[in-house]
Amino acid sequence: MQANVNLRVAKSKAVQVVIFIFAFLVTLPLLFIILYIFQKGISVINWTFLTHVPKPVGEIGGGIANALLGSILIVFFASVFAIPIGVFCGIYLSENKNTKLAYWSRLCVDVLQGVPSIVIGIVVYFWIVKSVGTFSAISGSVALAIMMLPIIIRSTEETLNLLPSSLKEAAIALAMPYHRVIMKVILPCGISGILSGIILSVARIAGETAPLLFTAFGNPYINTNMRKPMQSLPLLIFNYATSPYDDWHDLAWGAALILLFTVLLLNIITKITTKRWNVQL
Amino acid sequence: MEVFFKKTLIIIALIMVVLVLGIMLTLIIESIPSMKSLGLKYLWGKTWDPVNNVYGAYPFLLGTLLTSFISLIISIPFSFAIAVYLGEYNSKGWLSNVLKNLVELIAAVPSVIYGFWGLLVLVPLVRAFEIKFNILPYGIGIFTSSIVLAIMIIPYAASMGRELIKMVPSNLKEGAYSLGATRYEVIKNVILPYTKTGLFAGVLLSLGRALGETMAVTMVIGNTTLIPTSIFAPGNTMASVIANEFTEADHTLYLSALIELGLFLFCVTVVINMIGKFLISRYTNK
Repeated sequence: MQANVNLRVAKSKAVQVVIFIFAFLVTLPLLFIILYIFQKGISVINWTFLTHVPKPVGEIGGGIANALLGSILIVFFASVFAIPIGVFCGIYLSENKNTKLAYWSRLCVDVLQGVPSIVIGIVVYFWIVKSVGTFSAISGSVALAIMMLPIIIRSTEETLNLLPSSLKEAAIALAMPYHRVIMKVILPCGISGILSGIILSVARIAGETAPLLFTAFGNPYINTNMRKPMQSLPLLIFNYATSPYDDWHDLAWGAALILLFTVLLLNIITKITTKRWNVQL
Repeated sequence: MEVFFKKTLIIIALIMVVLVLGIMLTLIIESIPSMKSLGLKYLWGKTWDPVNNVYGAYPFLLGTLLTSFISLIISIPFSFAIAVYLGEYNSKGWLSNVLKNLVELIAAVPSVIYGFWGLLVLVPLVRAFEIKFNILPYGIGIFTSSIVLAIMIIPYAASMGRELIKMVPSNLKEGAYSLGATRYEVIKNVILPYTKTGLFAGVLLSLGRALGETMAVTMVIGNTTLIPTSIFAPGNTMASVIANEFTEADHTLYLSALIELGLFLFCVTVVINMIGKFLISRYTNK
């Protein structure tokens, strides 16, 4: 009898150890990737790297200024498109819970969240690139904006749902018109939750490559015209990583380091700000 | 002003519906040429030869299925372990906090970086392994991309599982403990049966991710249009063939065949995600 109990306890302990090991094994690849990229990337990053365009194969030096600038521009314009639509759609969904439109809209947000990024790239190619006739940075921004929307909408909706209804009731009792209630009371109260959703969505799309392949396309030179093809960090990493040249691999490692740390930093910022809100993003 | 404001909100909510319908319609319309001329045999045609205008999607369907399912099988024990550890063994405290945040960061790393790392670090490792076991040493291929994919999808099932396991009512667990069950027996006989639908839904969400993942797979799968002969052979998935060939497609049928792949991918991921979300919402409302 006692032997049987001991066996069961031992089995339970053994399972606990196995689960502990499996759970923590997962963190090894992540730590390994971060360390490896840090080690490879830190040695190439210097002032020239940040301010020059890539040199042809065989020449020493060169940098990723075109990709840095391009990434910033593309992501900036994507945010300009996505933030107003996302935030207002989130407001609509949290204000109107049971209308038919809210149901369908919510369903569409769910669908959009699961759409593979490459499919969005195809669709934006037909919407903008093909009808205009040239690859352009702005079409890349549109593709990324579509990917940002579900994240912004979800976080806005859930943040606003957490606000106590007494806030809104108090404002209405003061005879405030509806749009002022939303803009002056509800939005300011939820702003930190909404902002962290926005930052998270930027972090998600900053590293997206697939939708940019057929839209922003890439460009070896510095370009600030949004109607022309533009380079971005993820595109540069993809193109140079799959090339056979060591010089280009070095450039890609440096770009990967910058991209990785930007994305991780943005994620950590959202972690810290969402602690207050307890929103599941 | 007030009416205008309300109208604006409604229009913006409508935009979402229009956007998704637009995506669907664009995919359908643009793939009509290939549906018309290739018909249903497109799906199980075994050769993909754009030069001779022969299109069969079977190698890519097989590649997608293989990479997704192998990566799921690799990832399930890990995501399950994380879910149980964070949900049951150690749901508070700094160590579980560290693990939880690290797991979420795994999902944050851009897929092109996984691909780059896979190509330059994992591929030589796999090649060495293949040489040791006398398999044709490609290095790149289905197996390598499955490993990379597995790492990438672990967080989805893990964080879903953690939330569900936390929601198991404590009186159920306490009842089992008071009958003398060990912790393992509680997990096996109380927590697992209680959460199994939800855990399955979490796995479905991971699968949805794996099916649509493009860049990391494109970089390490080898991109051949031949049917993979073993799990160590190079291949192609639906997403990776679109990424590779879309800008090279120089005539309507070729382009349209690629878009039909995109449409198929869209439908499959949407259905899988919807089933997953439905199961979870049913579970959490219970």
